Amino acid sequence: MPEAVFVRPDSLTDVQTHYCPGCTHGIIHRLVAEVIDELGIRDRTVGIAPVGCSVLAYNYFDCDFHEAAHGRAPAVATGIKRARPDLAVFAYQGDGDLASIGMAEIVHCANRGEKVTVVFVNNAIYGMTGGQMAPTTMPGQSATTCQMGRDVELAGYPIRVAELISTLRTPAFVARASSHSPLAAVNAKEMLRRAFKYQVEGRCFSMVEILSTCPTNWGLTPAESTKWLEKTMLPYYPLGVFKTPDGDDRAPLPRKP
Amino acid sequence: MAKKLMKGSEAIGEAAVQAGCHLFFGYPITPQNEIPEYLSSRLPQVGGTFVQAESEVASINMLYGAAGAGERVMTSSSSPGISLMAEGISYCAGAKLPVVIVNIMRAGPGLGGILPAQADYFQATKGLAHGDFRVLVLAPWSIQEAADLVQDAFDLADYYRNPVMVVGDGLIGQMMEPVEFYEDRKPIKELPPKTWASTGWKRDRPKAIINSLFLDPAELEQHNFDLKKKYDLMERDEVRFATYGSVDSADVVIIAYGTVARVCLSAIEALEEDGIKVAMVRPITLWPYPYEAVREVAAKAKDILVVELSTGQMIEDVRLALQRPRPIHFHCRLGGMLVSPEEVIAKVKAIKAGESEAMHYA
Ligand SMILES: Cc1ncc(C[n+]2csc(CCOP(=O)(O)OP(=O)(O)O)c2C)c(N)n1
Ligand code: SF4
Ligand SMILES: [Mg+2]
Repeated sequence: MPEAVFVRPDSLTDVQTHYCPGCTHGIIHRLVAEVIDELGIRDRTVGIAPVGCSVLAYNYFDCDFHEAAHGRAPAVATGIKRARPDLAVFAYQGDGDLASIGMAEIVHCANRGEKVTVVFVNNAIYGMTGGQMAPTTMPGQSATTCQMGRDVELAGYPIRVAELISTLRTPAFVARASSHSPLAAVNAKEMLRRAFKYQVEGRCFSMVEILSTCPTNWGLTPAESTKWLEKTMLPYYPLGVFKTPDGDDRAPLPRKP
Repeated sequence: MAKKLMKGSEAIGEAAVQAGCHLFFGYPITPQNEIPEYLSSRLPQVGGTFVQAESEVASINMLYGAAGAGERVMTSSSSPGISLMAEGISYCAGAKLPVVIVNIMRAGPGLGGILPAQADYFQATKGLAHGDFRVLVLAPWSIQEAADLVQDAFDLADYYRNPVMVVGDGLIGQMMEPVEFYEDRKPIKELPPKTWASTGWKRDRPKAIINSLFLDPAELEQHNFDLKKKYDLMERDEVRFATYGSVDSADVVIIAYGTVARVCLSAIEALEEDGIKVAMVRPITLWPYPYEAVREVAAKAKDILVVELSTGQMIEDVRLALQRPRPIHFHCRLGGMLVSPEEVIAKVKAIKAGESEAMHYA
């Protein structure tokens, strides 16, 4: 019998996703699912899908799920976790969802120290609605609502969410990872593992921001997209752990790239 | 339990606890702050959870989470806060979640004022938010009834898997009256276990998906029809009202709800002493509305008077109830001003004397 070296995690369903070719939402789903499998918590995990391209995440994860209103996943997570503290609760959110319409919910969920995990997928764009500018869109990056590129004089600079959340005094695990290469994905999975572990141990709120691609709305091929992420996003959105409940926090603003 | 003198807000909070509600999420707003204040200290005593949310938007979505996880949960607010919850209430209705929402109405529009009003009648009964849905709306007129209806609200929400709203005006929150809680209170409905809730999937039931999204229009249409069936059942089975006075042969029938109806009742008693026969129909459910009761009593009365703390929002339902054009007399106070018994007495006397100008609807 040949040994299976690459199988679908139990926590993912056996269906085809609707994600575009080269979109890294699918990879991030897989990493989350692997972590849930490895921690053995699938039967007590409840996920929350956002409004965004991952709105149908409840079809892809093989565990109980809520589909939340746009931006409100951290409030929904709070409700679930407070109702059933024995559950492992994770919210999966895009950057428009979390950093724009849902900014209040994420800040206060983190600040209350809710024992939940937020997977924050930052693709610098509103994917689902057709490529409008997000709070995370890069300076000069064109989008359908800033066709000449993001003008920081008018729209301000992209929000660095991991840094922002890590300034809160409440203990938390806050990290940023990426999905643009196999090595980055391995690191992202490690960050997710730590995030879920902190939750399961009842330690703290945890959030992993994961840089992600949107070839469709970036107007690039999948290969160009990963390169663009590396070249444009990585210097502005540095990877690493920004905060742990043990207090080994990193300076909130990155050094010059 | 013996009768206890309680403030309306506290009675509402205690009623929730007595109904097995262990979670409350809310944001401060006058005139209902005593409800969250009471529950913030009361809930921990019964192993429950109180969270002061960052906004009403967050509160209602916390309810969405907790109710989806199968727990009884409540929020309370006042008019502007309810407006902010609109989207979330629609999601709860779409995802078939039992949540209880208390609205201690204040005068509007906008920031309006903090004093009692019934200005959110349209909002509660016709247009709580986007989408094709309904919520049961219960309107108490006393503190005891508020306590009873809040407890019933949890049973009704669970039974129909639907949001239930309890609306009171500011007086309901602030008045003090004796209240009794019954130790052996049984649910008013037979309630099946919540096998649909997201409690962690142990493969002993279908996977729980708490969701209001249906991308396939045929599926969504079916979902809409299913919801409609539920609303039809509510209309058939949940209408509540009370009648008072000379319902079989009134000179004037008054239609009023909430604390306004109590004011009207004092007026009715005084008027009867003067030999003027007055009846009253008091809707207890604002939705579903007691159309038949209003029609029947109105059919036997010479004149109809609607009394409200709004510019006449309930008149639309009274017109629907009458089923034929009839003049309707109207008396209101607005902006937090209250109707007095003397005003109602004067109005009824004016109607009798032919000195009140009625509204004529063709
Ligand atoms: C209240 C509300 N406003 C707006 C929308 C429309 N909307 C749907 S998804 C979306 C943006 C999603 O972008 P993002 O969160 O970055 O997710 P992505 O699709 O990029 O993964 C918007 C604005 C909505 N569904 N609800
Ligand atoms: S639009 Fe962008 S984010 Fe959405 S599935 Fe396609 S590539 Fe992914
Ligand atoms: Mg996005």
